[in-house]
Amino acid sequence: MLKRARRRFFSFLAGVAALPLLAARAASGQPADPFADLVRKITGGAAVKPGRVTVDTPRLADNGHSVPLSVSVESPMTAADHVRSITLLSPRNPRPLMATFHLDPAAGRAQVATRVRLNGSQRVLAIAQLSDGSFWSGVAEVEVTESACLDAT
Amino acid sequence: MVARVQLPATAKAGELIEVRITIQHPMETGFRFELGGKPIPKNVINSLLVRYNGAQIFRAEMGSGIAANPYLQFHTVAKQSGEIEVAWIDDNGERGVEKAALAVTSG
Repeated sequence: MLKRARRRFFSFLAGVAALPLLAARAASGQPADPFADLVRKITGGAAVKPGRVTVDTPRLADNGHSVPLSVSVESPMTAADHVRSITLLSPRNPRPLMATFHLDPAAGRAQVATRVRLNGSQRVLAIAQLSDGSFWSGVAEVEVTESACLDAT
Repeated sequence: MVARVQLPATAKAGELIEVRITIQHPMETGFRFELGGKPIPKNVINSLLVRYNGAQIFRAEMGSGIAANPYLQFHTVAKQSGEIEVAWIDDNGERGVEKAALAVTSG
């Protein structure tokens, strides 16, 4: 009697353990990933190559309400070859699109710094569009101990 | 609204200068609630434009992912003496302008 109850209990446990696996499979089966869709919207479907973009943040942020962030792009910033725009994305924020900065050759140096809100630890992504129409990206991993948007539901 | 535009005191023509901007603004996300449970509507500075002697040198589109009292830092090349003007607008349609003078010495 007791043995059967225990067996049933263990089979129940195994079932519970399998649930997230099933959920993960269902999620990967869906083609729609909202973050990938957002990236596609920004680039207009063009390929984003990793490199040339450096995102500088503290590795550990005590407070997600204000995290210093600096983006720089390797570019000579001439009329023929310059950075047109830099977009900052945070995959875990309720609104992943944080900001877009538009530059022109007069900037002299392709570097922008600001302070952002981060809703938890994540890989912050920066996408730069160059004057030749190509897109380049850089990431920075940030560990956030106290997240912003605590009221978000 | 209180804002500050910081530039180097003087610059040589052709020199790369750093422009720093801070604006006093709550950058309300729309995810917060008042004490009574009423949601606080989203209100962020959504657009900011920087002109150097009338010519646009920088533009930013911002969302709720930018921290309160937004800070922006970027570069520009000093050309001639004049002023750098920062203009912005928030979700409530409130506009602000702040200017800073730049003295450029030749050579």
